[in-house]
Amino acid sequence: MNIRKMLVASVALACALGPATAFADTSGKKIALSNNYAGNSWRQAMLTSWDKITKQAVAKGVVAAADPFTTAENQATEQAAQIQNLILQGYDAIVINAASPTALNGAIKEACDAGITVVSFDGTVTEPCAWRIAVDFKAMGESQIDYLAKKLPKGGNLLEIRGLAGVSVDDQIHAGIESGVKKNTQFKIVGSVNGDWAQDVAQRAVAGILPSLPEITAVVTQGGDGYGAAQAFAAAKRPTPTIVMGNREDELVWWKQQKDKDKYETMSVSIAPGVSTLAFWVAQQILDGKTVKKDLVVPFLRIDQDNLETNLASTQKGGVANVEYSLEDAQKVISAAK
Amino acid sequence: MKLSSSTIRLIIPAASLALLLAAVFYMQPRAMSYTGLNLLFNLAVPIALATIAQMLIMAVNDLDLSMGTFVSFCACVAATLLQTSPATGILIFLGAIAVYAAIGVVIHVRQLPSIVVTLGMSFVWGGLAVLMLPSPGGSAPVWARWLMTAKPPIVPMAIVASILIAAVTHFIVMRSSFGVVVRGVGGNDRSVERAGWSVIRLRAATYALAGFFAVLSGIALVGLTTSADANIALRYTLLSIAGVILGGGEFVGGKVSPIGAVIGALTLTLAGSFLSFMRISPDWQIGAQGAILVVVLALRLALNRLETREKTQ
Repeated sequence: MNIRKMLVASVALACALGPATAFADTSGKKIALSNNYAGNSWRQAMLTSWDKITKQAVAKGVVAAADPFTTAENQATEQAAQIQNLILQGYDAIVINAASPTALNGAIKEACDAGITVVSFDGTVTEPCAWRIAVDFKAMGESQIDYLAKKLPKGGNLLEIRGLAGVSVDDQIHAGIESGVKKNTQFKIVGSVNGDWAQDVAQRAVAGILPSLPEITAVVTQGGDGYGAAQAFAAAKRPTPTIVMGNREDELVWWKQQKDKDKYETMSVSIAPGVSTLAFWVAQQILDGKTVKKDLVVPFLRIDQDNLETNLASTQKGGVANVEYSLEDAQKVISAAK
Repeated sequence: MKLSSSTIRLIIPAASLALLLAAVFYMQPRAMSYTGLNLLFNLAVPIALATIAQMLIMAVNDLDLSMGTFVSFCACVAATLLQTSPATGILIFLGAIAVYAAIGVVIHVRQLPSIVVTLGMSFVWGGLAVLMLPSPGGSAPVWARWLMTAKPPIVPMAIVASILIAAVTHFIVMRSSFGVVVRGVGGNDRSVERAGWSVIRLRAATYALAGFFAVLSGIALVGLTTSADANIALRYTLLSIAGVILGGGEFVGGKVSPIGAVIGALTLTLAGSFLSFMRISPDWQIGAQGAILVVVLALRLALNRLETREKTQ
């Protein structure tokens, strides 16, 4: 019988090839990183992590190439063009940190239609054909209030420093903080400024609003703005409130100084820039034929009073506290989502 | 055969586009296909429309610094109201075009510098865009999506659209009597006025027409991206100015070229792809993009000099 013979032959072939291809399935695949912005310490750390982990992966033959591309200006239209170029260059997977959750959807659809695997992280995209590795930013905002409620049971006035207006991450963290305040009514947000996740902007904004504010017990932030806020409070000669930090090196150094000086206590929370490497491994796993859920969640990186020193020691000057992910971590995240 | 000066003006942009295209094809043969060309150029279509809008403003010696935010605003309207209640969406667009005409009138009557007025307007449009779409989202009207992803036979949509835009605006600006007087306003508005034309009306009409093309740009952009955000087209302000200049236009004197402007927009888009295919590090990319601009402009300056020398001889 012809069909049976063919079946037997193909099964035999599959058995012969199976063990050999199980590991080397993706060795011929090329993965690209499309990044929309490189102008702050977080993004620099993200690119460095990508470089470090993917170089090892390429050297080991896990994938053929893993090239990072960053757009010169942080603009959705430019990144859409970049993605279209990557399609032309024949990459098998594109890992994206997107300038906009929606404005790239057209380009991403083109990529999916061309059979390319698209994995977005940090700045995720809404296009259904793409995978998303998201941080629960809302929980991140809420965790700040939870921490403050434990540390300052009496409550008090809060100053909120927000990020870049109109960006979804800002909205989500803000929503988390708001729901935290609703739960813990002893806290009241008396002022809110946009710090754009940059120390200098935050410092200017806080200095501008401080004279109009009553006594502030704590400052809730989004990361990249804690040090600037501290400077503004010092310049205005006001007592330093509990400022939640965002894992930046300058923030951690300042925290350490205050801790050594007068046992200053706070916590620090942010998303680890090494999440780019997690996205890389997830893309590799998808190319390897694994079924992966479209929405994955990565935990945020929190630093507390007792592990401040260890985290500070491993953080580069001008960088951000970081974790790099391995293939095993990615597999864990993937199976956790199932 | 002696070439007219307007043809010479077109040669440089066309030649630089051809050169870039050849280089891109050489580096990435995959681009030399129907899909490839479409991927290379489809994002140039909204840029070309915005460039035409900017060119109209520049034809009357003004400059529009609100182009990017206005296109963003139009994109936001297109992704929200135009899709859910088309009548309201169209009304808003008509209103926006009327505002553009009003800006033209204000600039003319009060003799205000257009840069200042449009810079102010850019904040207004930016604010309105955020009001329309506080967080990124919305979805493109089905027909806009269909139009931008249409696959006509042989020639990809991006090329068809570019040629169409160039042809229509060439007719309006270079061939119609309206276009001649508009350019006349840029050349010498007093003589146009003495000849019995109402410069204020001409300016208003030019601004309105520019607003119209900017609206089209926003719709085209949303057709490509499927949804909008309030900052989606901020780059278009500078891209559109660069596109006009690259295409042989000038800041003053009503010297503009619609075909050149479209070619300029295509060249700018292609320059980005070229640098990306070259694997130039992003730190250098803005610089490299600038260098391409400088080279093309230097060539033009050289040609201009040749032109004036011929005239004086």
